[in-house]
Amino acid sequence: MPKGEAKVAAASWRESKYKKLARGLAYIAPAGIIIIIFRVLPILAAFAVSFYYVMMGKIVGFAGLAQYAMLFRDSEFWNALLNTTYFVIGTVPLSLFISLFIANLLNQKIKGLGGYRTLYFLPVVTSLVAVAMVWKWIYHPRLGLLNYLISLVGMSPKMWLEEPQGLFSMMAGGLGLTLPAWAGGPSLALVSLILTNLWRGLGYNIIIFLAGLQNIPGEYYEAAKIDGANRWHMFWKITWPLISPVTFYIVIMTTIVSFQVFTLVYLMTGSPPGGPLGTTKVLVYYIFEKGFESGGDMGYASCVALVLFGIVLSLTLIQRKIIEKRVHYN
Amino acid sequence: MYRLRNIPVHVLLVIGAASMVLPFFWMVSTSFKTPQEIFLFPPTWIAQSPTVNNYVQAWNEVPFPRYFLNTIIIASCMVCGVIITSCLAAYAFAKFDFPGRETLFILMLSMMIVPQAVYLVPSFIIVSAMGWMDTYMALIVPWLAQIFSIFLLRQQFRSIPNDYYDAALIDGCSRMGFLWRILVPLSKPTIITVGLFALLGSWNSFIWPLIMTNTDTLRPIQVGLSYFAQEQGTEHGLMMAAATFCVTPVVVIYFFAQKQVIESYAKSGIKG
Repeated sequence: MPKGEAKVAAASWRESKYKKLARGLAYIAPAGIIIIIFRVLPILAAFAVSFYYVMMGKIVGFAGLAQYAMLFRDSEFWNALLNTTYFVIGTVPLSLFISLFIANLLNQKIKGLGGYRTLYFLPVVTSLVAVAMVWKWIYHPRLGLLNYLISLVGMSPKMWLEEPQGLFSMMAGGLGLTLPAWAGGPSLALVSLILTNLWRGLGYNIIIFLAGLQNIPGEYYEAAKIDGANRWHMFWKITWPLISPVTFYIVIMTTIVSFQVFTLVYLMTGSPPGGPLGTTKVLVYYIFEKGFESGGDMGYASCVALVLFGIVLSLTLIQRKIIEKRVHYN
Repeated sequence: MYRLRNIPVHVLLVIGAASMVLPFFWMVSTSFKTPQEIFLFPPTWIAQSPTVNNYVQAWNEVPFPRYFLNTIIIASCMVCGVIITSCLAAYAFAKFDFPGRETLFILMLSMMIVPQAVYLVPSFIIVSAMGWMDTYMALIVPWLAQIFSIFLLRQQFRSIPNDYYDAALIDGCSRMGFLWRILVPLSKPTIITVGLFALLGSWNSFIWPLIMTNTDTLRPIQVGLSYFAQEQGTEHGLMMAAATFCVTPVVVIYFFAQKQVIESYAKSGIKG
């Protein structure tokens, strides 16, 4: 050990544990204090508030677990949970499939890669408020661009964001069938929100997949080619297993983010938001509505928020358990 | 042979890129149309008699200059603040040796999984109790610490050898001095990433300022835009003009720094 290093080592060894701790905490403090006041404290407060009845932002009585019990009988909550589930199930697999497909197309030493990448990523940096306004105009039932585009391929105009009918029952209706109400599926309004959400988030997933694909050594493909593998084989035997950590990350991130959809619902549907007929009311909008719009029932809003947290947390843990077994790390 | 094989790939990619750009095109195209033209169906692709009336009217209808100013104030405080707090904390987590360091770091990281909806309601209560409701403080201070940025910087600082740290201290450099004179200059790309995320985050943030502001003059751009959209919901030309000038600054920055932006997202995704 050089002399100087020994001196430093000796000096820092002589320092007491407490002095080191104090120094570490002092550097962390600026960020740490903010995190404690505006992250840790609110989460503890959310638990506390969820045990109280609150009206107009004032505590009016102790509820214990009564509000959690109320959740089970609250049809609006179940409706919001169902809509959110539709939203997540509609978003995650489609986004995964399309972004992996496009990333594969981009990963072939094609000309203009930079240009394509820039354009696909553009919606990600655009504000969600502007995105919501533009898409609401595209979905306009009378004057919208989308109705014009589908009319070019011979489809009849749709009500899009104002259509409460379920997607499956609309499809069945096209075949002359009627489905029971519970099998109607997400309303066309909710499907429209899913499409907008897909459009906005696709670029991010493409970029992450592309970075993952570029990390796979080219020799693997060359060796496979010599052995006579076709593209399909190469994808399933090389790309898919080697990209699985990235897939895992994207599935988790997209799920967590989709569960928290709010802005699109708030700005594109209604009025009041959540319409038509409550078919686009999602959990975070329901929290917002309970806690801030109607009566300031923050206790109940916190209950819903904590249930949402529980769902997101357990989904993450389950996905981790299931996928990690199949994920291939180098 | 190579070219022929690539034609279908390009066709698919162009279709995809077109659907990414089409909404932007439609926004700008509508913003230049007269009210009469907007009510035409089938619609026209490009304004037949282009007018800037929508822009003038939208700009004067509500205090957009004020909204922009608010956002610029908030965004600049956030970019500087986040970089400073994140560097300090990341430095301690990366280079100092103190009891409980790893536990504290993991506890902090685990906060990232909590959805914003959980702390929205209690934050409102806390901010009101502090008397910060409807002030810049409420819009800026809670966002001056970003856990993800601390994480990114800590990874970066750890990749710089400890020998530098030991050598600098022996030569009489202070601990603070080492951070700002050596670590930070060596970590420029990561600092830029952190700054970009803070900038985009504050420019596009919506729910938080929506809840924390009541006064029109305090609203940042996105909240102002959303109120404008709710009030002028049927004036499509006005709405698209307002959306266009609210999107433009970020799009311009993006086109100039697109490589930086995309690489920032790509890298943070892989590491995260």
